[in-house]
Amino acid sequence: MPDIPLSWYLIVASALFCIGLFGALSRRNAIGILMGIEVMLNAVNINLVAFWRYITPQALTGQVFVIVSITVAAAEAAVGLALILAIFRSRDTVNIEDVHLMKW
Amino acid sequence: MSITQVAFILISAITLGSALAMVTSRTVFVAALWMVAAFVGVAALYILLEAGFLAAIQLLIYAGGIAVLILFAIMLTPRVMQPMEGLSRFNDQWMFVAAVSAFLFAGLWALAIRTDWPVNLQRVTGDNIFLLGRGFMTQYLLPFEVTSILLLVALVGAIVIARD
Repeated sequence: MPDIPLSWYLIVASALFCIGLFGALSRRNAIGILMGIEVMLNAVNINLVAFWRYITPQALTGQVFVIVSITVAAAEAAVGLALILAIFRSRDTVNIEDVHLMKW
Repeated sequence: MSITQVAFILISAITLGSALAMVTSRTVFVAALWMVAAFVGVAALYILLEAGFLAAIQLLIYAGGIAVLILFAIMLTPRVMQPMEGLSRFNDQWMFVAAVSAFLFAGLWALAIRTDWPVNLQRVTGDNIFLLGRGFMTQYLLPFEVTSILLLVALVGAIVIARD
């Protein structure tokens, strides 16, 4: 473990975050967008664990933060998928560009 | 180069490759399977970081729960399985988004390398899971309870929204 520098983890996490950002902003499919957001949350969690291990290994705060964040991600996925299912049932599409009900 | 560094590079390559395959694959179903691979890679990174409990949680909740939830939603929406006819999988702004993502990545890379992190490589002593469990019942009781209320609210909300 100690022979891996902290910056490696940060670089991998930022690459994962940027890939997720690209997916969330460029996919046409609503479920694809949701998957991109999940990957972004994962990247942030890697950062939190890496900072916990390398900077404050005595305190538990980093791990607690990650567990809270995973729970929020699970809640977000459940509500998001329920919304997508409701939209699909009423509009018969998951293409996010066809859903402009609340756009001016 | 030591064996842990080789393992780190392999795991990172698998994770990032799966994530790239996820955002570029044509069908959502295949994208969801790639997403599971990326989640397993992240769990392996947690193991490298000596956070075994978080790795188990990651496998259970992300690679298990959330992946099954997403696959379930894909199965419930019939025409999602096939790519949309005559339409690209990306919207019209994808080149702009790709440029912004690449720029952000370059910025974060420079930031991660240049900052002088106050690294403190102390060994993790004691039973990590035991300490975590005790922490949740003492020092971190409020976040624990708030999270459980959030989970309950999200559960009820998801059922109400998804019901006919």
